[in-house]
Amino acid sequence: MSGPDGEYAASALRPYVITKGRSRPTRNTVGIEALLIAADPPRELPVSATREERALVRMCERLLSLVEAAAHLELPVSLVKVLASDLVDSGHLNARSSIPQAVLPESQLLQEVLDGLRRLR
Amino acid sequence: MVSVGSADRYLPDTVQQAVKILVVGAFGVGKTTLVGSVSEIEPLRTEEVMTEASVGVDDLAGMHTKTTTTVAMDFGRITLNSRLVLYLFGTPGQRRFWDLWDGLAEGALGVLVIVDTRRLEDSFDVLEQLELRGLPFTVAVNQFPDSESYGADELRCALDLLPDTPVVMCDARERAPSVNALISLVEFVSSTVGAVRARETAS
Ligand SMILES: Nc1nc2c(ncn2[C@@H]2O[C@H](COP(=O)(O)OP(=O)(O)OP(=O)(O)O)[C@@H](O)[C@H]2O)c(=O)[nH]1
Ligand SMILES: [Mg+2]
Repeated sequence: MSGPDGEYAASALRPYVITKGRSRPTRNTVGIEALLIAADPPRELPVSATREERALVRMCERLLSLVEAAAHLELPVSLVKVLASDLVDSGHLNARSSIPQAVLPESQLLQEVLDGLRRLR
Repeated sequence: MVSVGSADRYLPDTVQQAVKILVVGAFGVGKTTLVGSVSEIEPLRTEEVMTEASVGVDDLAGMHTKTTTTVAMDFGRITLNSRLVLYLFGTPGQRRFWDLWDGLAEGALGVLVIVDTRRLEDSFDVLEQLELRGLPFTVAVNQFPDSESYGADELRCALDLLPDTPVVMCDARERAPSVNALISLVEFVSSTVGAVRARETAS
């Protein structure tokens, strides 16, 4: 990850996690608030699937955010992020949208948030 | 691992989108309390592992060591309507956690900063960082029994805030003022986004 002049590129200094011997930036395709749900009908996991992967898919048998799944499973969020993005890639989990990075929230969405919060008062 | 009675932890299947707000502040200002006051679920706690490349003497020897810090975050949830859910993340304000904000703040609507008027100076760093990082925020002033009561303008001045940064009084133990603080933040973000869009259209 060295830059042209041997200096560390900025991205190399970002926190990263190691899973199954691979390292990945935490800036993953799935955010911690991503909403996860197991594929319907369920897809069988390969024999090589880890206990954590199995537990995550089971936890997401109904709709739940990634961070809640991590908390209930007592696993670090950074680990669950990596597992979840793999499981989404392999079609075992589906992820529902959150706001993509570097995009301003739409005014309609902000209005929806305000209406929801005002109902709580 | 899934305990009995866990069925009510799930979101309605109609929910399509999640948004998030960060609740940031110095040690003991009331972050966890605020999240708990507004959350529809018992606040959950999770750990984020941060790996930092440490630059220093080791680098001279060509060795890059990394230190790992574990950060506990607590968070809560509010289902806003049948299709939208809001997550609130209580995030520590100490310097060593700032890198964590980047990842968390990505895609966040904004940041609610809680300050304690008995220890205003603890918040200076946090506020400065948020301004540097360009994250939209609102300041919620948590009132403790032995806090002196200052006016919003007095606090704005003491905290050296930008003129349009909202300042709201709060009691994090109560739902209504905590919700109001969140509303004030989202209104502020809304007006900021509106202004950005207007500038974009004009140019
Ligand atoms: N009187 C009063 N007490 C509060 C208020 N908010 C929090 N407290 C109390 O202040 C203490 C600290 O509150 P926490 O919510 O744990 O603060 P925190 O920011 O999460 O603290 P750390 O996570 O340790 O940094 C608790 O004993 C709360 O009961 C408030 O608005 N008014
Ligand atoms: Mg706390």
